[in-house]
Amino acid sequence: MPELALVLEGADDRDLTKLGEYRGVGGYRALDKARGMEPEAVVEELLTSNLRGRGGAFFPMGRKASFIPKPEDVPKPRYVVVNADESEPGTFKDREIMFRVPHRLIEGCLITAHSIRSQNVFIYIRGEYLAEFEVVRAALDEARDEGLFAGVTVVLHRGAGAYICGEESALLESLEGKRGQPRSRPPYPAVSGLYAAPTLINNVETVSTVPKVIELGGAEYAKIGAPPNSTGTRLFSLSGNVARGGNYELELGTSLNDLIFEIGGGIPEGRKLKAVIPGGSSVPVLTADEVDTPLEHDAMTERGSMLGSGAVIVIDDRCCMVQLGLRVAQFYMHESCGKCTPCREGTRWMVQLLHKIEDGRAEHEELDLLLSVCDRILGKCLCPLGDAAAMPIASYVSKFRDEFRVHIDGGGCPFGGEASLEGVMAPVDQHTHHPVAEVPA
Amino acid sequence: MTLAEQIREIAAGYPQSRSAVLPALRLAQEQHGWLSPDALREVADALDLTPAYCQSVASFYDMFHMKPVGRHLVEVCTNISCALVGAQQVLEAFESELGVKTGETTADGEVTLRALECAGGCGWGTVVAIDHRYREPVRAEDVPTIVSELHDA
Ligand SMILES: Cc1cc2nc3c(=O)[nH]c(=O)nc-3n(C[C@H](O)[C@H](O)[C@H](O)COP(=O)(O)O)c2cc1C
Ligand code: SF4
Ligand code: FES
Repeated sequence: MPELALVLEGADDRDLTKLGEYRGVGGYRALDKARGMEPEAVVEELLTSNLRGRGGAFFPMGRKASFIPKPEDVPKPRYVVVNADESEPGTFKDREIMFRVPHRLIEGCLITAHSIRSQNVFIYIRGEYLAEFEVVRAALDEARDEGLFAGVTVVLHRGAGAYICGEESALLESLEGKRGQPRSRPPYPAVSGLYAAPTLINNVETVSTVPKVIELGGAEYAKIGAPPNSTGTRLFSLSGNVARGGNYELELGTSLNDLIFEIGGGIPEGRKLKAVIPGGSSVPVLTADEVDTPLEHDAMTERGSMLGSGAVIVIDDRCCMVQLGLRVAQFYMHESCGKCTPCREGTRWMVQLLHKIEDGRAEHEELDLLLSVCDRILGKCLCPLGDAAAMPIASYVSKFRDEFRVHIDGGGCPFGGEASLEGVMAPVDQHTHHPVAEVPA
Repeated sequence: MTLAEQIREIAAGYPQSRSAVLPALRLAQEQHGWLSPDALREVADALDLTPAYCQSVASFYDMFHMKPVGRHLVEVCTNISCALVGAQQVLEAFESELGVKTGETTADGEVTLRALECAGGCGWGTVVAIDHRYREPVRAEDVPTIVSELHDA
């Protein structure tokens, strides 16, 4: 199946950061069309298209929009919040959308606002994305000056460096000027979100797809990709040990194999494929044998993994899976907000146990202990970050158990210092103020 | 405009002024170099909050400096995609060119070197951010040139 530019349409030939150029490829016509429709009819198109969230959870956008109460039922403002906090390791697609087609994002914001009768849009952009912030800000100024906002205000709000603020309830806390710690749910944001008012929160790519859904109509959009569950295209961020890393917009259902070997040019330096992380660091790993899996929801679920954020990380045979687990665990330990115990303590235990295994200081029981720590995190946390830490680590152990065993039996890493992730410094090791509790033997 | 005026102007753009804490802290940090007790007090006063509240918010976020840092910030992504293609070698090249360990600032107070979690440029690794401007991809052999540019800046 081919590459297909819907979200990035036109961006290869023209500078779509300019409003005039964007209009030249039909830009803002979907907004006119949507504004000529009843808001409920716009939501109906979204439902028909089965456009699902591109931020990670793949929830149908139309359904989320339909949960937003009507003004006559809840006399409060209704907010649209765009999640542009992109920080899932491996993911860099929202950045490309903001940098290359900012007006498509803005058009999507305005259509989405109309669909739930909202007057206020907030775009929460990751703090590190300075160049992207500047591009979106300039595009917003242009669109505002042309009178496209029609009374809607759009606030571009910068984060300040915290992965957890990509989690929607933590994002709302952060946007309210607090520490970015997730809220317990229910209530869900659709009922009580930003400033306790009904809030629709969606990812940059999801919102940037909305103009195309309106342009084509939901039914036409739903024919693209792998219907009924995986309609349309997604931007896949390809990275790691692959010749041509980058973002590729593909129809859902394209095979992972084609992405890596045809589009991505395969594994460089004559190396062999060892494993693939198909949806960002939070999802279970696939082995080289599973690389024939189509990039769509049902097939990935069958293989026990997920498309997540669309980040495909390619791993060659120089990688030690214990080191990979350690580096991933260090990330989640660093990013755990500390609000609930299984995640805060469990990520720390995972790091310590993986260190011991890597250094050859572990007993076999400690491999079981590692799995039991994962098990005691899974499903027991306030937000999905805990699961996002436990699932991948558990999958590395279950799919590469022999490699873990060799570390224990052989008293150390079989790669003998030659592995690709050898000695990599994690930011968590820069901080000395973390009181690290010892894992009891 | 004074810092307080700038902060109040930003706050006016939100339904509730407390939402302006992050942008206000960023502005204060830009002007003071780091979030000193004075900087936190100015933010707090402008938004009718306490300095303790502002400190508790600021300390949650990695981009806020609760201690002084160098005039330039060099951040090397060491998350998995970059690490798979040699981020550690890039980081070590910076350590040796700058003569500091990761997390430290050069003796002349010019450059702070940090490791960063995924910067969002994984397909073009290793990603290095110099004062928040991304360079991608950076290889270990590019580091001496980058460091000499920094010294000239
Ligand atoms: C720890 C964590 C981090 C997340 N980070 C992001 C992110 O950076 N961007 C994003 O769009 N969604 C992120 N999500 C998912 C959001 O919570 C939410 O599901 C999403 O923004 C909804 O938009 P969508 O339905 O359009 O995907 C994250 C979730 C978790 C648990
Ligand atoms: S699971 Fe982790 S990140 Fe989420 S609320 Fe609990 S401690 Fe915070
Ligand atoms: S892993 Fe380095 S930018 Fe994502």
